[in-house]
Amino acid sequence: MTIVHTIQPTRIVVAVNGDLDLKTADPLREALDALIDRYRDKDLIIDLADVDFIDSSGLGVILGRYRRLAQRNRTVSLAGIRPSVRTVLDLAGILTIITVIDSPIRKEAR
Amino acid sequence: MNRMSLRFISVSDNVGLARVAVAALASQADFSLQDIDEIKVAVSEAVSNAIVHGYPGRSDGEIQVTGMLDAGGLTVTVEDWGVGIEDITQARQPAYSQDPERMGLGFVFMESFMHGLQVESTPGQGTRVEMHRLVTISGELSRDAQ
Repeated sequence: MTIVHTIQPTRIVVAVNGDLDLKTADPLREALDALIDRYRDKDLIIDLADVDFIDSSGLGVILGRYRRLAQRNRTVSLAGIRPSVRTVLDLAGILTIITVIDSPIRKEAR
Repeated sequence: MNRMSLRFISVSDNVGLARVAVAALASQADFSLQDIDEIKVAVSEAVSNAIVHGYPGRSDGEIQVTGMLDAGGLTVTVEDWGVGIEDITQARQPAYSQDPERMGLGFVFMESFMHGLQVESTPGQGTRVEMHRLVTISGELSRDAQ
């Protein structure tokens, strides 16, 4: 898994590349929390365009960040969701609580 | 008809190893790409459970995954010889997980994405999960039927 982040005026855009499972859950959680703590006034967008696989370990990281930011009146949005990932997010009910951005997110600083 | 067996230690790198191996076996049958994606999630959940719950704090536990293809579809077993589950009915409830970030969705995904799930566990001896996925033919005859 690799992650690339871009800081925009009102949001942190994090592009993730790789599978989100038990192996990658901890490093992803740590990276997202570091960004959330560093940029305390910004919302978070997770770009999943390069994620082919997610299971409940990966979902837990996303839902945990959603809860953390919601306590501070900040939001998490998901972008670039592929069909294989959408099936899992949908079954978990995540798409009813987290905003999905359908338009492509520009990836800078690659 | 085909059969494979994979045995590995309880480290998180092997979650991906197991699901890719089972997916490669499943791709020999008439599963759609979406079917295989769903099988991968179910395998990932079962192996993650074995690592996290079967062998808490241990990276030397043994886990065995078998896959069997026959005319009825795919059967996957995931077995560990770890701590076992005290109350399987309770463990299969959504949101049972002790860890707030794991969501307790593992068994929900296994049940939703597979066509049948059996769990056997003995505290102190280990857990065995068996899952089936039927081949559903859409549009064309399978090779066997031609």
